[in-house]
Amino acid sequence: MCDQTFMAATFGPCESCGKPSPLMNIYIKNEAINYCSFCVELMACQGLQSGESVASLKRECESLKKKLEEERGKLNDVELHQVADKIEVLGALAIKTRRVLKGHGNKVLCMDWCKDKRRLVSSSQDGKVIVWDGFTLSKENGISVPCTWVMACAYAPTGCAVACGGLDNKCSKAVAMHTNYVSGCTFTNSDNQILTSSGDGSCALWDVESGQLLQSFHGHTADVLSLDLAPSETGNTFVSGGCDKKANVWDMRSGQNIQSFESHVSDINCVKYYPSGDAFASASDDATCRFYDLRADREVAVYQKDSVIFGASTVDFSLSGRLLFAGYNDYTINVWDVLKGTRSSILFGHENRVSRVRVSPDGTALCSASWDHTLRIWA
Amino acid sequence: MSMEALVVEMQDPKGGVKGSEQKLNVTSIPYVITGKDVLTWITNKMKTFSLCAEAQVMATMLVAYGYIYPIQNHKKLVMCNDGTLYRFQTPYFWPTEKWVAEDTDYAIYLTKRNIRKKGMLEAYEQAHYNHLNKWLNHKWDFIVMQATEQYKATKERKKADRVVLDCQERAYWVVNRPPRRTHSALDDGPERLIDPCADQVCCSLSRLVKYVTTYKNHDAFLAPCLPSNPWLTNNDNYWTLNTRRVETPTKMRVERWSFSLFELLTDLRGRDDFKIFLKKEFSGENLAFWEAAEELKWGTASSMSSKAETIFKTFLAPGAPRWINIDGRTMGMTVKGLEHPHRYVLEAAQTHVFMLMKKDTFFRYLKSPTYKDIQKKALSPEAQNFSPAQIEQNAQSCSPGIHPIILWQQEMEENAKAAAASAPVDVKAMMSKMDRKNKHILEFMHTRF
Repeated sequence: MCDQTFMAATFGPCESCGKPSPLMNIYIKNEAINYCSFCVELMACQGLQSGESVASLKRECESLKKKLEEERGKLNDVELHQVADKIEVLGALAIKTRRVLKGHGNKVLCMDWCKDKRRLVSSSQDGKVIVWDGFTLSKENGISVPCTWVMACAYAPTGCAVACGGLDNKCSKAVAMHTNYVSGCTFTNSDNQILTSSGDGSCALWDVESGQLLQSFHGHTADVLSLDLAPSETGNTFVSGGCDKKANVWDMRSGQNIQSFESHVSDINCVKYYPSGDAFASASDDATCRFYDLRADREVAVYQKDSVIFGASTVDFSLSGRLLFAGYNDYTINVWDVLKGTRSSILFGHENRVSRVRVSPDGTALCSASWDHTLRIWA
Repeated sequence: MSMEALVVEMQDPKGGVKGSEQKLNVTSIPYVITGKDVLTWITNKMKTFSLCAEAQVMATMLVAYGYIYPIQNHKKLVMCNDGTLYRFQTPYFWPTEKWVAEDTDYAIYLTKRNIRKKGMLEAYEQAHYNHLNKWLNHKWDFIVMQATEQYKATKERKKADRVVLDCQERAYWVVNRPPRRTHSALDDGPERLIDPCADQVCCSLSRLVKYVTTYKNHDAFLAPCLPSNPWLTNNDNYWTLNTRRVETPTKMRVERWSFSLFELLTDLRGRDDFKIFLKKEFSGENLAFWEAAEELKWGTASSMSSKAETIFKTFLAPGAPRWINIDGRTMGMTVKGLEHPHRYVLEAAQTHVFMLMKKDTFFRYLKSPTYKDIQKKALSPEAQNFSPAQIEQNAQSCSPGIHPIILWQQEMEENAKAAAASAPVDVKAMMSKMDRKNKHILEFMHTRF
């Protein structure tokens, strides 16, 4: 009865491309072969039909995309700012730098808040990971990681541990193993699992204690640069964004890609859920930030300005979801009014690119990390 | 008793349901059972089923889930109390959450049947086939290849075996891809194709706007933080007034609990208050089950089986001390799934319980004396206005607060105390587990700090 094809997943070297990665077992002529998901897709889609060429298929794809957009457009001519028409305009915001955290010797690439609302962890290009008490400005702990470009760091929910990863392809004492750099990592609702995104095009969920791969997520066709877990009561989905300009929503239980959005024209550097979990925002090298509604299944706002021409590297929402803080490569942070689509404020202060912005867990402050070796706390 | 264990017992050559060989068209099929025999067996076996109707329901569930399939009217997934013929499904095709019946597999199955004999597909199957052909078109060569391989392999079998295998496979797909207008017992899983009609878009955008309006006053960037924002004044009263176990919470905090059940449960202080209310109503088991399910979902891989066992004994087994009242279908699915526990095995039950709490208990809580009481007692701190000089001074006396590790240890201790007080749990095991965790933390602190 086992000549029925079914998919299973193990980890090891792919029999087609040789790269170690999560594998799928396929049966061909009653022989089991192990391919990574890229190679399975390639094999399944191999061969052009007669009369087709790559160029003609591309054209067909583009025309289908256009048709899809047209159809979507016919049904949805409602924009977010129209629905938010009756909402009062924001007053002037008086946000200033309240703390400057100095101590890193090189570009600060990532930071994350602790649930206690005052501590935070940051990682830098010099391989150092520092735990700070942002309130008292004291450095509580410093860890040296044996790799440069520590691109991702996360604080565990209990506050008892931190995770980090980067160019060494690992996340924290080899809990997670990717075949390319680790671009993002986050703990789930407990200290026991870590979700990682990687330059190898996949995301993965790991059991911290055993280092076991619990689930892998395939679907991006290029480096995945960012991910974020949904804050909703079900807590079973997450969104990822990458160099293929796509933002994908995944079901953590099955590994399936539930929804996909492709409206950016360049790499997506960061994705972040709206506080209610029903929408998310993305920041891209195309100098725009976009807002997507999951139930409506489409983009509902674009945050852009003629004067903003540098790529956006990071975004986060304020507690109510009214404000979107976005860090750019022109050293500034723009504060957007999410509902009206206008820019409410600009925060100046950093002397190099802003690599990460995060609002504190109780919404009282914003922390930004920058290539100018410092972190700033704004309120 | 799980469905799987029951089905295995039913096939026991000595004490199980008696089967016989039957002729189907031209072929002889071995080990065929009648609906009447199945029902009689179940009624005798399950002494808890005092009525025939309950045995009927249980037997129909076995058919609906695909453990037993009818061999004549294959689309009618019910157990008939007469001479209708059935067979036990091969364990390979038993429903399991480990892998979902994929569209690719279904496409291969339909293609295989087409290869066998064109025009054999029913109308709904043809519709599925056309749809799959369109959206899986890029894989179609692969699908045809797999279907051909499988077809060749089955041709080499004996006719009787082939007929049986066909029946089994057909039954599997009737359960997993039910014909139009029939109800499938299996979960449909997350909806992938969302139809964005204008009404729905408006609805969903309004929800986003509504969220902002609800939380507006709680956003420190939009409304003043009382007594003051620590980052602005260097005074941390705001945090000390909002600690985890503060006796009297602030009015803002209590208000936030009323926004949604999710908010109430996420703020552990709110969850405590909710528990006080539940205790008065003698309905704490739903929340306790929800918490246990969360622990299973987010726990270590190695702790899965022991947690699953405890949960079964405490909440799901017949006569369990904290038995939760969920519908029979969910209970059946959950209990069966617990035989091979994995972190999402309680998903259906947990969602069911959460919805119950959300739609009913939560609203009763908001109207209850418990909530009104805490609303009255809640504090409204006065705004603290510091001069720039005072703000400077405050900066000098900033305290480091309590370290999160200490807070976490305190939380674990409180949980252990609460567990020892409320349910018949092995306290010794929990205490020694805590000791081990404490040891681990101390080691961690030594190496890191």
